[in-house]
Amino acid sequence: MERVVDPLAQKPSALRTQSETIAFGVMVAALVIAPFVTYPLFLMQAMCFALFASAFNLLVGYVGLLSFGHALYFGWASYLSAHAAKVWGLTPELAILTGTATAAILGLIAGSLAIRRQGIYFAMITLALAQMMYFFAVQAKFTGGEDGIQGVPRGNLFGLIDLRNEMTMYAVVLIIFLAGFMFIYRIIHSPFGEVLKAIRENEARAISLGYKTERYKLAAFVLSATIAGAAGATKAIVLQLASLTDVNWPMSGEVVLMTLVGGLGTIFGPVAGAFVILVMQFKLAPIGEWVLVIQGAIFVACVLLFRRGIVGELAHLLRIRL
Amino acid sequence: MFEIFGIPSQALFGQLLIGLINGSFYALLSLGLAVIFGMLNIINFSHGAQYMMGAFVAYLLLQYSGLGYWPALIVAPILVGITGVIVERLFLQWLYKLDHLYGLLLTFGLALILEGVARNYFGSAGLPYTVPESLQGGRNLGFMFLPNYRAWVIVASLTVCIGTWFVIERTRLGAYLRAATENPTLVRAFGINVPRMITLTYGFGVALAAFAGVMAAPIYNVSPQMGSELIIVVFAVVVIGGMGSILGAIVTGFGLGVVEGLTKVFFPEASNTVIFVIMAIVLLVRPAGLFGRRG
Amino acid sequence: MRKTLGLAALAAVLACGAANAQQLNVKIGVLSDMSSLYADIGGPGSVAAAKMAIADFTKDHPNVKVEMISGDHQNKPDIGTQIANQWFDVDKVDMVIDVPNSGVALAVSQVAMNKNKVFIVSGAAASDLTGPKCNANTVHWTYDTWMLANGTGTAMVKTGGDSWFFLTADYAFGHALERDTSAAVEKAGGKILGKVRHPLNTNDFSSFLLQAQSSKAKVVGLANAGGDTINSIKQAAEFGIVKGGQKLAGLLVFASDVNALGLPTAQGLTLTETWYWDANDTNRAWTKRWHEAGAGATKYPTMIHAGVYAGILHYLKARLDMGPGEHDGKSVVAKMKATPTDDPLFGKGTIDATGRKRHDAYLFEVKPPAQSKHPGDFYTLKATIPAKDAFRDPKDSNCPLVGS
Repeated sequence: MERVVDPLAQKPSALRTQSETIAFGVMVAALVIAPFVTYPLFLMQAMCFALFASAFNLLVGYVGLLSFGHALYFGWASYLSAHAAKVWGLTPELAILTGTATAAILGLIAGSLAIRRQGIYFAMITLALAQMMYFFAVQAKFTGGEDGIQGVPRGNLFGLIDLRNEMTMYAVVLIIFLAGFMFIYRIIHSPFGEVLKAIRENEARAISLGYKTERYKLAAFVLSATIAGAAGATKAIVLQLASLTDVNWPMSGEVVLMTLVGGLGTIFGPVAGAFVILVMQFKLAPIGEWVLVIQGAIFVACVLLFRRGIVGELAHLLRIRL
Repeated sequence: MFEIFGIPSQALFGQLLIGLINGSFYALLSLGLAVIFGMLNIINFSHGAQYMMGAFVAYLLLQYSGLGYWPALIVAPILVGITGVIVERLFLQWLYKLDHLYGLLLTFGLALILEGVARNYFGSAGLPYTVPESLQGGRNLGFMFLPNYRAWVIVASLTVCIGTWFVIERTRLGAYLRAATENPTLVRAFGINVPRMITLTYGFGVALAAFAGVMAAPIYNVSPQMGSELIIVVFAVVVIGGMGSILGAIVTGFGLGVVEGLTKVFFPEASNTVIFVIMAIVLLVRPAGLFGRRG
Repeated sequence: MRKTLGLAALAAVLACGAANAQQLNVKIGVLSDMSSLYADIGGPGSVAAAKMAIADFTKDHPNVKVEMISGDHQNKPDIGTQIANQWFDVDKVDMVIDVPNSGVALAVSQVAMNKNKVFIVSGAAASDLTGPKCNANTVHWTYDTWMLANGTGTAMVKTGGDSWFFLTADYAFGHALERDTSAAVEKAGGKILGKVRHPLNTNDFSSFLLQAQSSKAKVVGLANAGGDTINSIKQAAEFGIVKGGQKLAGLLVFASDVNALGLPTAQGLTLTETWYWDANDTNRAWTKRWHEAGAGATKYPTMIHAGVYAGILHYLKARLDMGPGEHDGKSVVAKMKATPTDDPLFGKGTIDATGRKRHDAYLFEVKPPAQSKHPGDFYTLKATIPAKDAFRDPKDSNCPLVGS
């Protein structure tokens, strides 16, 4: 039975339920203060990726399904959101909804095909589907091909609030991120989430208990794709562009890296991982030649030594759940 | 001279032959991957980078020691194979007990490192490497002009592929190897050094990749990203053929080359998508692949 | 009375002198691809060229202080946009230059417009930058797709290559190159015999080259870029396209690509560039200094690097003429357009109303190895295209800045 090694295979302490709440409070406080200290545009992009990684982690860390083609939902939501805002002239919240809905539909189609297989074959189907949609994006007129969709307007939220103000935009992105994050939290800590974890541990047993595991897996897949889509759609409005980079397989690889570095199967891991990887990309920009090598070295180090990721190791040390 | 679907038969046969030649590259590369996965259960994502290393070593051998194409065909795979052995001893051996995922991620990380280092030292445009004198030129077959080098590619690939298949499926060494993957403890009990066999097998798979790299150097651009462009397609080939099957990798490699070649004639814009479409279909219909024995 | 006037005049002269001797602080950002596909045509070589430009300018004008930073956009529009935004907002950069990769350049052009700063494109090719997507904050130096298509297309027809077959990369850029070159070829009296579209990042071109061979066109046009172009050229040599009497026209080829291919493979290839390191002594001397400025002894500067050097010089000249104080991007670019350019690399030229820098273009043919006298001796000059013909007429540009 293919599954990911559970980083929390140990007895958690009494601090268990409280640790997650405390960590959540710390995260919110940090994100509220941060734009006054660091460049807001960077933080907004980091939050979008943190949401993307969290959505990916829902599938791999809690259901045990490694998807190699998650860029498909992120990128196409980004395209549709950009198109809706720029060409159809929709207000930003409608544009983001359009993008998210697109990702949900794509997730339903891709998921119903991919769910039939497990392990590496599941991964390869998701990759194949993502690659096919990538080649389609290269050629389709409306995606702008290599140039992408540029000059996406920030617009007025609900027709009233001008999003060109960085702090206003930041508040909106923060709300979207927290909403998505809490939604994932609720999914994980719900009866539905328990069934998902049971499927990860031993699918055969879950089936023998009467659960229709295919439906649960598909539901999780669609949820993961939808939230990834929300992240992509928001990013298009924040950065005011959508490009091929968002649908290509290195993007799928990057979200795997973020989740791995942060901690597979932890709630806060993907958030930490996303911030770390993005900070690295920007700090290393002046010595750009070594970015690829350093990313590779981090992959290797994480797999060999820090399999639990940053947050996972922290949780393990403190014997709490994060 | 007759027409099939609007394409003159001459042109069609030419494209079929070209497809077969491309298929031999796919077969060579997927052979190495299939050997490594079949024997070791490791998904070697750095296969593309090792293919690239083969081409680069061939270039370096030419630049710094004057060794041309023919010696490079032997020396480069050996050198790169040795690096494979080092990788296995240093990194991979700790991952056998874990989920496939970790082997994949580790080799993916290694691929990034190799590509990054190559880019830093050699730039990204590419390095010059020409077809060796003895294989230059070609002959006009009537329905197309066939460069001699391409004819050599088919011959060499078929030889290596059939040779490898024979060793693994029909010799005693191959039998030990296959037994060791099924039940290492039992085979060890017979006094066979299983860890060493595994190490050497990985080295051999990597050497196959490097061999393909040397073969590619004269006709494809020798650049740091030459492997990453190819690796996804090669994975698709292996998955279609059946991840543990040597014969599957060879047959599918050649077959897919032909299919791709035909697509280039009738519908060229789709020639890079057709492999993924086929892979998705095969995975849904026959999950273990066409020749696979692992579910 | 005279003494007072004299003193007043002296005071006035001194005041003017003092104003000119006031410190002018400028900050420039070189945004390029340092680590991936375009690192050789731009990359660290652009940074070296920028350093040289700044050193040369401040040597002659010691009261100008120029600070330079550089960044790697990794060919990702997201990262390019982030860096540009951060540079303009936080790091107080006045002007961003280079940016190979049209997608990133278009994005950064928008950012420069939003922040009202200056953006000089040297690396990217999209003619849309001075066309439908032009703006008052962007200047497009070095080259663009229109110039490449018309330069190579028209000039080759004039030298006898009047029937063409295209190998086109199947995406917007390839289509645009093919469309513009076809138009130029047909206008010059040539014929298009056929075309085949290949997917982006194709490894093997044999099928497509076979089709090109059987078309018997005099010229095989390569409407693709980067790795696709190099693979097509390498395999064309293998299939004996040039030996068989057909000419190969590379529609987007740089000196660094020719270096990567090697002369035995690339010989006979025709291409258009706007600057060549070995064309005259000035360029050769510049190239020697470029190597010493940290660009790597085995590489050769491309026209992109030359464009970075010349663009910075012209920008600094405009800033100097405008004097110290705050100047928004639009007014600086207007000044750059109003001032004719004159630099050691591109000679005399102008920037037209769309932001398009105009200079002569050159049709080159790659030499056979026997004629190459020293490393880097790649090209024979076949024709010179004067600036007014080399680039698109602003009337045809569809640029909103130019009334139609």
